Amino acid sequence: MRTITYRDALREAIREEMRRDERVYILGEDIAGYGGTYAVTKGLFEEFGEKRVKDTPLAEEIIIGTAIGSALGGLRPIAELMTMNFSLLASDLLVNSAAKFRYMFGGQPHIPMVVRMPAGGGAQRGAQHSQFFESWYAHIPGLKVVMPATPYDAKGMLKSAIRDDDPVLFIEHELLYSVKGEVPDEGEEYTVPLDRGEIKREGRDVTLVTFSRMLHICQQAAEELAKDGIEAEVLDLRSIRPIDLDLILDSVRKTNRVVVAEEGWKYYGTGQGIAALIYEHAFDYLDAPIGHVTGKDVPMPYAKPLEKAALPTHADVIAAVKAIVPARAVAAGAR
Amino acid sequence: MAIREVALGGLTREQLLEMHYQMALIRRFEDKAAEEYSLGRIGGFLHLYIGQEASGMGIISTLRPEDYVVSSYREHGHAILKGMEPRAVMAELLGKATGCSKGKGGSMHMYSAEHNLIGGQAIVGAQLAIATGLGFAIQYQRENRVAVSLFGDGAVDEGAFHESLNLAALWKLPVVFVCENNQYSMGMAVTKAWSVSSLEPRAAAYGIPYAKVDGMDVLAVREAMLEAVERAREGHGPTLVESNTYRFRGHSQADPAYYRTREEEALWRTGKDPITLFETRLKEEGLISDEIIAEHAQKANEVVEDAAKFAEESPDPDPDSLYEDVMVDPRGAIAWRTKEGSPRD
Repeated sequence: MRTITYRDALREAIREEMRRDERVYILGEDIAGYGGTYAVTKGLFEEFGEKRVKDTPLAEEIIIGTAIGSALGGLRPIAELMTMNFSLLASDLLVNSAAKFRYMFGGQPHIPMVVRMPAGGGAQRGAQHSQFFESWYAHIPGLKVVMPATPYDAKGMLKSAIRDDDPVLFIEHELLYSVKGEVPDEGEEYTVPLDRGEIKREGRDVTLVTFSRMLHICQQAAEELAKDGIEAEVLDLRSIRPIDLDLILDSVRKTNRVVVAEEGWKYYGTGQGIAALIYEHAFDYLDAPIGHVTGKDVPMPYAKPLEKAALPTHADVIAAVKAIVPARAVAAGAR
Repeated sequence: MAIREVALGGLTREQLLEMHYQMALIRRFEDKAAEEYSLGRIGGFLHLYIGQEASGMGIISTLRPEDYVVSSYREHGHAILKGMEPRAVMAELLGKATGCSKGKGGSMHMYSAEHNLIGGQAIVGAQLAIATGLGFAIQYQRENRVAVSLFGDGAVDEGAFHESLNLAALWKLPVVFVCENNQYSMGMAVTKAWSVSSLEPRAAAYGIPYAKVDGMDVLAVREAMLEAVERAREGHGPTLVESNTYRFRGHSQADPAYYRTREEEALWRTGKDPITLFETRLKEEGLISDEIIAEHAQKANEVVEDAAKFAEESPDPDPDSLYEDVMVDPRGAIAWRTKEGSPRD
């Protein structure tokens, strides 16, 4: 095992899959000469050339249109959108074409397409460049939506996504690209499934359900909670759609308490969807209302102190846990 | 070896007569569809191609089976001209399991992987973007085929028009963009929606060739398309073709067309009916007789009646098919569990 960054892990996945399958190509804004806005595709143009590493004009709609059309024509495109914020310019084709064709055309076509895009805030990019829209897309039958949080999962899931025959939205996070983690040596083949979450930390007192960059914040919170005798189980969903509901329900049956933590907005979003599923399928196992840690319900502000106040922190997670894990439960658990 | 005698427009008499029959067929098909709609057997929207037959025939007659056609929601005629069985198209209109899209698409979503009819697209403009992507796949895989995007004048107003033409021109993709300008995007007259009176300056903006053609003249459409398709096939990039035509019916069967005058309609219907014009031309050349015209009408009627009977007698889709084909992944798109089945159960 080596320790590499999330960015390098993504690049390795793309490179290995492009070497493995001639049909795989990448397209997007500034991915060739520039090497990618977040340097994910750096060096790929040099190895694979102009044919397979396609710089496009600043035109999200036709980036996705080209990806969908070429997938229908036998290729396996990986489209990079500079950020998820810009995906809205292509959202019609994602929702009305990519997600619909197989069903509305009676199962005839399939669209093996990956759309990679970073999301999220924390880098003072302001209101239009700091958003998460995963719940909008996860609402749509016909799409897969995944959000790995570690270099290991990023590489393994991107390889799975490229090999998958359905459209996969692969959501990264600006502040994850430089995060390091253990990844098997290059050439040592592995993949991570697109439909399985993972217990990143075991615990008995409360379940933290999270995904993407919030995983790291939850892990930090869990370490601190442990000092107070509260053992939190940290679930990294990795995939939002399909969602690994068994993983969540098994943990809830064990801990009887849940906090859902996400960076995005609170209302009508991913976390509330997860909470509703838990209430629907495991109501009798809950000893307390489900806690919910989210970003604040405002457009992302620019000024550093304001942005910090808008984003959820490990202190928010700790407070949410302590609000539903009474001292006696901790004492009983510690017995 | 017998020499096939060219009769007109580079075509043999047999080919010309076949084109006449096909045009008669798709008109009869649409008449029957209107009838089925009025009987309540077809739901939703029904956009008829009546009046535009020469345009579709001229375009598709220049294509090979392996060439792609990406069309709009007014695509029944295109689907049949591309080789799809009238039975499969009519059954789809009636929402039957035997329809080309298994009853899940309807009037606006005909599709045939076998015939490379890549949809009825009901989001205006999508067919330009999808065709551009198909063009890229052709170029990437060095295939000998072209992608043709068929759209109405309304699609020109969408942003996808700009992004698609720019990229196709930039990358010299084997795509032919054909605007079947039927003068109205729903009720909006093209003269009120376009800032310019033709597509010529728009083609010039992307540095691509442009051809304007009388869409009521099947041979003229064919001639313009032959050149555009050849250009794409030879790797010289896209062409923008404007085929001027007219839909004789309303936008859909729900549209009484109050936004245009009855005089205007009469002018097109009586003076420019594309099938009548073609018949007149063929008669002038001594290539068709009233007997043959009657034979074609009868044959078209038989095929369409057979398609309607087939569709009417076909079974509805199995309720269990509701969750099928959401994705390739057989578990569908639904959030799922392994232990107790999916929450959908």
